[in-house]
Amino acid sequence: MNTGIDIVVTGLGATTPLGGDVTSTWEALLAGRSGVRRIDHFAWARRHDLPVKIAAPLAVAPAEVLTRVQARRMDRCEQVAVIAAREAWAHAGLDSDEPQVEPERLAVVIGTGIGGAVTLLDQDDLLETDGLRKISPLTVPMLMPNGPAAYVGLELGARGGVHAPVSACASGAEALTWAVRLLRAGEVDMVVAGGAEACITGITVAGFVQARTLSQRNDEPEKASRPFDAKRDGFVLGEGAGILVLERAEFAAARGARVHGRLSGFGITSDAYHITGPDPEGGGQSRAITAAVRDAGLDGSDVGHVNCHATSTVAGDVGEARAVRKALGDHPVLTAPKSALGHLVGAAGAVESIITLLSISEGIVPASLNIDDLDPGVELDVVVGEPRKIDLTAAVCDSFGFGGHNVAVAFTKV
Amino acid sequence: MADNTEILTDLALIVEEVAGIDHADVTAEKSFVDDLDIDSLSMVEIAVQAEDKFGVKIPDDQLAELKTVRDAVDYIAKNQ
Repeated sequence: MNTGIDIVVTGLGATTPLGGDVTSTWEALLAGRSGVRRIDHFAWARRHDLPVKIAAPLAVAPAEVLTRVQARRMDRCEQVAVIAAREAWAHAGLDSDEPQVEPERLAVVIGTGIGGAVTLLDQDDLLETDGLRKISPLTVPMLMPNGPAAYVGLELGARGGVHAPVSACASGAEALTWAVRLLRAGEVDMVVAGGAEACITGITVAGFVQARTLSQRNDEPEKASRPFDAKRDGFVLGEGAGILVLERAEFAAARGARVHGRLSGFGITSDAYHITGPDPEGGGQSRAITAAVRDAGLDGSDVGHVNCHATSTVAGDVGEARAVRKALGDHPVLTAPKSALGHLVGAAGAVESIITLLSISEGIVPASLNIDDLDPGVELDVVVGEPRKIDLTAAVCDSFGFGGHNVAVAFTKV
Repeated sequence: MADNTEILTDLALIVEEVAGIDHADVTAEKSFVDDLDIDSLSMVEIAVQAEDKFGVKIPDDQLAELKTVRDAVDYIAKNQ
C-alpha cells in the first residue's frame, strides 16, 4: 500500500549483452544494436547439437572486471551482480570514504530466476569424473539463489537484511517491489536492489528448447528476437545484471544525492492459469499494471509509455499488448527492449526498469527492433525504426515470469 | 623429497592461486587466518592442492592445527 512515502532512485548499475555498464547499454539501445550472437564456439554447444545456436552473452566478460580470485569464488550470476552493484553504488555517490548510510539501515534485495546452475553442473561433472576431493568447498555458496544478494551484501557491508526473491523472469522486478516495501515500512534507509542471471548453458537452453520457447532463427542472430512481430518464433536467452539504489526522498535529499527518478508504485498479481503459459486474456497482467498505477497515485492517462516484458514468444506478446490496453487505454507508447538485449530472465525486470527510468529522464524511448510486420493483435503504438522523443511524466515497466508471476512497476519523473 | 625452502615456495604459489595473496607475502611466520586473512573454505582448497602437489594426506583434524605457514611446511616435510 502506498503510504505517501516518496521513494527515489539515486544509483544505477548494469552489465548486459549490449555493454558493461549503464551508459554503454543505453547508447547501444538507442543506436539500435543487438546483443544476440552465434554461440557455436561455446564448449557445450560443440558437444550437443542443439537446434538453438544463438544467445545474448555479456558484452564484457566478468573476468575483465573482477580480480582472478574474486571471480573464482563466485558463480557468474554472482559476478554480474557484484559488478552492477559496484557501478550503482558509485553512481549513487556512495563510494567515498565517508559512510552515508548506517550498515544496519542498508538492505540488499537481488533476485535471480535460476541462480548458480552452471556451478551446480560443473561440480556435478567433477564429482562424476574426479570424486569428492575435487569438489569446491565454495560449491553451495556459488549455486544458492541468494548468492548474488549475499555477495553484494558482503561487498557493501549491508547489515539491514539481504533478500532474494525468486519468481523466474519477474525476479528482478519483484526485488524492486520488496525494496519499496522495506523503505515504506521504515525498516531501512536505503536498499540496493535488482536482478542477476547467467545461465546460458546446455541444459537451460535444451530445457527452453523442449518447452518450445526459444527462437531458432540461427542464421540471422540479430533478427531473432522480434517481440510483437508477426514472424516471431521465441525468445533469445541472455545474461546480465541490473541494480538500482533506492532510498526515501528525504534521506536522499539529506545526503545531497542526485535523484534520477521516482519508483512511485507497483502491482503484483499471479495468474493461477498455467505453469508456463500466460493467461491469453492477460487478466493477471492487466491487474498488475492497474495496481501499479493506482499505487503510484496516478491515473492511466498519466502513463505515456510501457516498457514491455514482450519476449518474442508466440503466446506472450499479444496477450501483454491486450493487458496494457485494458489497464491503460490506447495511448501508451510501447517498446520491447528484449528485441536488443535478449531475455535476461531474473535480471530482465531490473535492467528494463533502468531503461524505463532513462526513457523518462532523457525523454526518449528506444525503438523495438525487428518489427517488420506488426502482429495484428497488437493494437497499440510500438516504437520502431528510430528512438522516439517523448515528454514522459510516468511510465510502467512490465515483468512476467514462468509460474504466472506478474509484476508492474511505475516510475515517475523527478 | 623437497626441502623446507622448496615446500614453502610451492605452498606460497598455491596460496596465491587460491587466495590471491602475492606469493612473496606468504612467509613462514604468517598465520593463515590472522595475517593472510584466509577463510576456512579457502583453507580446504589449499589443503587439497597441497595434497596433490606434495603427495601427503592432510586430514581435517590436522588441517585445523596448521595455524601458520611454517606449521604447514613442517607438516608436509614430515609426512612426505
